[in-house]
Amino acid sequence: MPIVPKKNPMPTQDPKVRAHNFNEVASGYTPELAVAEASRCLNCKNKPCVSGCPVNIDIPRFIMKIKEGDFEGAYSVISEYSSLPAVCGRVCPQETQCEAKCTLGIKFEPVGIGRLERFAADTHNENSTEKPVRPAANGHKVAVVGSGPSGLTCAGDLAKRGYAVTVFEALHTAGGVLVYGIPEFRLPKTIVAREVETLKQLGVDIETNVVVGKTLTVDELFESGFEAVFIGSGAGLPNFMNIPGESLKGVYSANEFLTRSNLMKAYRDHSDTPIMKSGKVAVVGGGNVAMDAARTALRLGAEHVYIVYRRSMTELPARKEEVEHAEEEGIDFRLLCNPVEILGYDNPDDKRDPKNGSVVGIKCIRMELGEPDENGRRSPVPVPSSEFVLDVDTVVMSIGTSPNPLIKSTVRGLEVNRKGGIIVNEDGLTSREGIYAGGDAVTGASTVISAMGAGKIAAKAIDEYIMKK
Amino acid sequence: MYKIVTRRELNPTVTFMSVEAPLVAKKARPGQFIILRVDEDGERIPLTVAGYDRERGTVDIIFQIVGATTMKLNAKKQGEYIQDFVGPLGNATEVEGVKKACIVGGGVGCAIAYPVAKELHDLGCEVTSIIGFRSKDLVILEEEFGAASDRLYRMSDDGSWGEKGVVTAPLKALLDAGEKFDVVIAIGPVIMMKFVTETTRPFGQKTVVSMNPIMIDGTGMCGGCRLTVNENGKKITKFACVDGPDFDAFTVDFDEAMMRGRMYADFEAHAREEECNLLKAEVK
Ligand SMILES: Cc1cc2nc3c(=O)[nH]c(=O)nc-3n(C[C@H](O)[C@H](O)[C@H](O)COP(=O)(O)OP(=O)(O)OC[C@H]3O[C@@H](n4cnc5c(N)ncnc54)[C@H](O)[C@@H]3O)c2cc1C
Ligand SMILES: Cc1cc2nc3c(=O)[nH]c(=O)nc-3n(C[C@H](O)[C@H](O)[C@H](O)COP(=O)(O)OP(=O)(O)OC[C@H]3O[C@@H](n4cnc5c(N)ncnc54)[C@H](O)[C@@H]3O)c2cc1C
Ligand code: SF4
Ligand code: SF4
Ligand code: FES
Repeated sequence: MPIVPKKNPMPTQDPKVRAHNFNEVASGYTPELAVAEASRCLNCKNKPCVSGCPVNIDIPRFIMKIKEGDFEGAYSVISEYSSLPAVCGRVCPQETQCEAKCTLGIKFEPVGIGRLERFAADTHNENSTEKPVRPAANGHKVAVVGSGPSGLTCAGDLAKRGYAVTVFEALHTAGGVLVYGIPEFRLPKTIVAREVETLKQLGVDIETNVVVGKTLTVDELFESGFEAVFIGSGAGLPNFMNIPGESLKGVYSANEFLTRSNLMKAYRDHSDTPIMKSGKVAVVGGGNVAMDAARTALRLGAEHVYIVYRRSMTELPARKEEVEHAEEEGIDFRLLCNPVEILGYDNPDDKRDPKNGSVVGIKCIRMELGEPDENGRRSPVPVPSSEFVLDVDTVVMSIGTSPNPLIKSTVRGLEVNRKGGIIVNEDGLTSREGIYAGGDAVTGASTVISAMGAGKIAAKAIDEYIMKK
Repeated sequence: MYKIVTRRELNPTVTFMSVEAPLVAKKARPGQFIILRVDEDGERIPLTVAGYDRERGTVDIIFQIVGATTMKLNAKKQGEYIQDFVGPLGNATEVEGVKKACIVGGGVGCAIAYPVAKELHDLGCEVTSIIGFRSKDLVILEEEFGAASDRLYRMSDDGSWGEKGVVTAPLKALLDAGEKFDVVIAIGPVIMMKFVTETTRPFGQKTVVSMNPIMIDGTGMCGGCRLTVNENGKKITKFACVDGPDFDAFTVDFDEAMMRGRMYADFEAHAREEECNLLKAEVK
């Protein structure tokens, strides 16, 4: 069979329409498209793609099932490795992971592995009526802190082994970044809710509104009979640039902006939560979070949205697909630009003018890429006297997050690195016996699939630890 | 879901509730706060822990009806439930080593100030309280403050209750007379805390303020509650929910905090009073 050079395109909403609604951008492959895409796979003997996947899904094996029309079989293969395929199929940065290693990709476009994974998971979710069976209890209790992908995965794997697992979540809804960060148009919240529901059916107890370190401490968890604790508290602490004007009205961290929109549903008309009605928005940063904030701003009604990023297009860390979608939707990329100051309104004649302190612009300086540093990355340097002002009324700072210090400061003897990440060994064990950690709380902001993988590794280690006791 | 076991109206705009939340009750300390959501579509709002009963597993809140969420909350009856109730958040007020304190409360800030006064009083500290309200019908917790204070100064804007005048007047008189406190704790509208700070600063009188910026998560995740403090000549961003809510008054940038407090003024049908009328009669 001749090689089909290009991926089968993903059916998506028209950019002009979708820029104004929160419905999912991509609607997913039809069975015909999925089989066609699966047929592009060469079923390579050495399976290079598998090594690009952080959890080593047997990619050709599931793709061959799709090719044969055995969609449920494909799902079974994936679920041997991943507990969140409907999520990862949508949000994995495939172009730097599995698809980066695909043989086809050397000369042509790689196989649409993520799209096929999503298809298998969605098809299963639509058709499957079977309820997960609650395994026989083994009489041991484990606590999980945080309900992001790492915590949910660890909880699920332990529950399947018969543990009584309780997940403690600080917010009022389970799901971590999957619910408060990643917007509906990229990851429908019903998918996350379904994963959470499945865990509950497996017997996992999810306690929302519990801030570990405040409401309960890790030591108290041990005292109340939990034999091990997994910390999957993420990296939620927003960084700011420390430039003048960051306290002005209309400057948000991406976390606040996205939380207001996603978790608090400020985008719905009947929500009680306010969000600024913006005209022109500048989002500072170039990662997935920045793309999400920019596209959310557009959907909330902004007339013009800029992405201000200090490097060039090739260095943009966001998923390629999201950058393409953002461009199609009309996001204005101002690359090789760095903000130096946020400008605010100031009426010298009336100190009580309510407009005082509102954002009116962002002053940026042009950058150029310097010599490559020791890592081969060319760092941007400012071009002298090249400042200019973008007219905006809202600025969203999306320049990264760090692990929240709350847990560390309340667990004696828990070691963290310079950046605040919890130090663990290859099993996810921290510096304290019985306490395991994984996901962004360890690595700093990373990906859903690696957080999930860390949760799996820790679940296995926790099981071995408790069984040996 | 969290059950409202007691509900009492303290005055037409201020309501007391005791809510069943055993985990929070076990840990709560004066100066800390909780965040609640009345129902599924509700906004998250912070309210100070006004009291607690560790045995009964209840936490008290006292809130002023200022907008949509507090109105919705006020509509809940005794025996009904609140959707979410999380805490205790923030740091407790520092009471260690305090032998003599002056508590200054303004308006509904008195609800936040009262548990602090009570704890200090229970610890055997000498408590002077200065509480102020716009007028007689807005007064709350008068008896409670009386019981928790060695000296109580009552001030009102229009003279309809206690003395006519602002809370900084008796404070200044005390300081002028040479009185010294281990700490002055001011809790109320930002403008009032600013004036209290201006009053105590010339005396080098240690002062703590309880900051109440807009909050969402209360765990240091959104940065919405940020404020600027001046530490050794350097401007530093702090998150009130995790670094506060109490701050050394002499370091806080009050003007910025007031400006940020007006962020959603348009959105809120009920813009909160930008200024405590009580203090319109300038303090200088
Ligand atoms: C806007 C945005 C877009 C992203 N897009 C992508 C993408 O496209 N692809 C991708 O792979 N990755 C993406 N990521 C990154 C990815 O979401 C994270 O790497 C992943 O969610 C980390 O999972 P986690 O389980 O470690 O933590 P999180 O998902 O951060 O979950 C941690 C949970 O712990 C809770 N918690 C924290 N402290 C406590 C405490 N003290 N007590 C109780 N609970 C606590 C938090 O409330 C939270 O619910 C994105 C991130 C963001 C913010
Ligand atoms: C740490 C802290 C402790 C507090 N303790 C008390 C208390 O014990 N009793 C009490 O009556 N009030 C307290 N407040 C203020 C209380 O949170 C607000 O009055 C409440 O959120 C108003 O909500 P609303 O929807 O009814 O009014 P809205 O119409 O939304 O707003 C009215 C005003 O309340 C303020 N506000 C709105 N949303 C928030 C928010 N999410 N966080 C903080 N302020 C907000 C704004 O300045 C606004 O102008 C406290 C605030 C903080 C930050
Ligand atoms: S989980 Fe992610 S990296 Fe692994 S195969 Fe699926 S899409 Fe690729
Ligand atoms: S490398 Fe590409 S073509 Fe080869 S098996 Fe993997 S997905 Fe198929
Ligand atoms: S309330 Fe979000 S960081 Fe303080």
